[in-house]
Amino acid sequence: MEKKATRDGYGEGLVELGENNPEVVVLCADLSGSTKASMFMKKFPDRYFSMGVAEADMISTAAGFALAGKIPFVSSFSVFVMGRTWDQVRVNASYSGLDIKIGGSHSGISVGPDGPTHQALEDIAISRVLPNMKVIVPCDAIETRKATIASAGIQGPVYTRFGRAAVPVITEDDTPFTVGKANLLREGSDLTIIACGLMVYEALTACDILKKKGISARVINMHTIKPLDIAAVVNAAEETGAIVTVEEHQLFGGLGSAVSEVIVQNCPVPVEMVGMKDCFGESGEAEELLEKYHLKDRDIVEAARKVLKRKK
Amino acid sequence: MDRKLIEQLEVKAKQLRFDIIEMLGEAGSGHPGGSLSSADIFAALYFSVLKHDPKNPGWEERDVFILSKGHVCPGLYAVLAESGYFPKDELMTLRKLGSRLDGHPSKLKGLPGIEVSSGSLGMGLSVANGAALAFKLNKAGRRAYCLMGDGELQEGQIWEAAMTAAHYKLDNVCGIVDNNNLQIDGECEKVMNVKPLAEKWKAFGWNVIDIDGHKLEEILEAFNKAKESKGKPSVIIARTIKGKGVSFMEDQAGWHGKAPDKEQTEQALKELEN
Repeated sequence: MEKKATRDGYGEGLVELGENNPEVVVLCADLSGSTKASMFMKKFPDRYFSMGVAEADMISTAAGFALAGKIPFVSSFSVFVMGRTWDQVRVNASYSGLDIKIGGSHSGISVGPDGPTHQALEDIAISRVLPNMKVIVPCDAIETRKATIASAGIQGPVYTRFGRAAVPVITEDDTPFTVGKANLLREGSDLTIIACGLMVYEALTACDILKKKGISARVINMHTIKPLDIAAVVNAAEETGAIVTVEEHQLFGGLGSAVSEVIVQNCPVPVEMVGMKDCFGESGEAEELLEKYHLKDRDIVEAARKVLKRKK
Repeated sequence: MDRKLIEQLEVKAKQLRFDIIEMLGEAGSGHPGGSLSSADIFAALYFSVLKHDPKNPGWEERDVFILSKGHVCPGLYAVLAESGYFPKDELMTLRKLGSRLDGHPSKLKGLPGIEVSSGSLGMGLSVANGAALAFKLNKAGRRAYCLMGDGELQEGQIWEAAMTAAHYKLDNVCGIVDNNNLQIDGECEKVMNVKPLAEKWKAFGWNVIDIDGHKLEEILEAFNKAKESKGKPSVIIARTIKGKGVSFMEDQAGWHGKAPDKEQTEQALKELEN
């Protein structure tokens, strides 16, 4: 299976936007090569702005671009562009309702050897809690390109989360992508696995393993965390009666929390969550880390076994 | 200098001070000290310096004004209303439930003339830079102005923005520091020394203009000098008196964030009427 980093999809999306929309500008905080903002820089140097290692200034500068009618994309690692700058994002983007598009690369534990300071595991929680903010976690490079392009057409701030590691490409150019509308990847009746980001691939392989055991799992790619596709979650709960959520993020406040908020209010069914268990990662290769911190298909299978036991 | 214009602006500044006290007296909370110290700057900006159209707040040729020290919004609200952005009656809704005049400026509430929400300090100069960069990109002759407090200069982001403006040679950016030397906890020098101001801005590559922030002639001349600056951003360090215009509030840190009671409001308004 072809592998490609989601950040490449971000760079490709920016270039496509640059070609089609003269109002798009890109800002980056000394990580243009890593975030792939460099792809835009090379084609549209006049519309690319190097902001130095000053992420707070970058967010507020983007607010200025936005109020002057531009569509600014700010790019850095997720920990810096969403974490370090949270108050700037809150006041200048969220509370001002301005068209700032935040591209967070190097999210999740799959960042690898750089270690915990660079592995964003809290960014979904701190972004989705902000009013007016939309949060997208695409599953592969193609979907990241589509999300990047779609975000330019959305009014108000959008946070798009992607990663460093090359991950399987599981969608195609003509796979539908609509912000806020979940993609059903596998039909199933015993339980539903709801995943985002690179965990969608793990959910698919977990589904195959479960199938061999005679268990029919529905798989949903929940690429938009906010606004969450409530209907998809409610249908999954009503029709399959058990849910497993999977994310490369802390269990507190992320996809699992967002899904559970819908479940408890609409259609209480057992939920098991796969994610980071209130701890930091460490240095190591991406694959080693995913194994050690239980973010592999076998961990999803184990969660499925648990949730089915609880299912009435 | 046009003597008549100066006199008109002085009348406007006095009116703004009157409105500020009236609003704060009615609201029962808020920030008079910095609102009063920057009243002359507000008057100069909105009645002489800024290219703007109160009847068309989103005018695509307008200059933008960013209030970085959001807590002095009574001053901004007063000047916006006086300019005709919204009816003056609305000033009396300051800080009340359902009002568009929140305790700190809210872009979301849609009050005409508010470019961006503020209140958390240190962000405004960056916003002005972003607008100025966009103006340059569009080859538009528009300018971006930003009012900061001197205590606010303790925020690191201000100096990030100071670097950015100089790096991109944003001569269409004009910062104004309301240098009243006081912040909530007392003298800026004691809370966290930010001096020497002029030398710091110069070292960051700015054109520095030092003035008496209550002399309208000096204020107008400073804005003209800023417009003439080529290749670098300008900052006007306006030496001011916190609480200016109300005898018992002048140079008192205690009046940073406290509204006058009924009696104090009456006394202050009486002083401002004279």
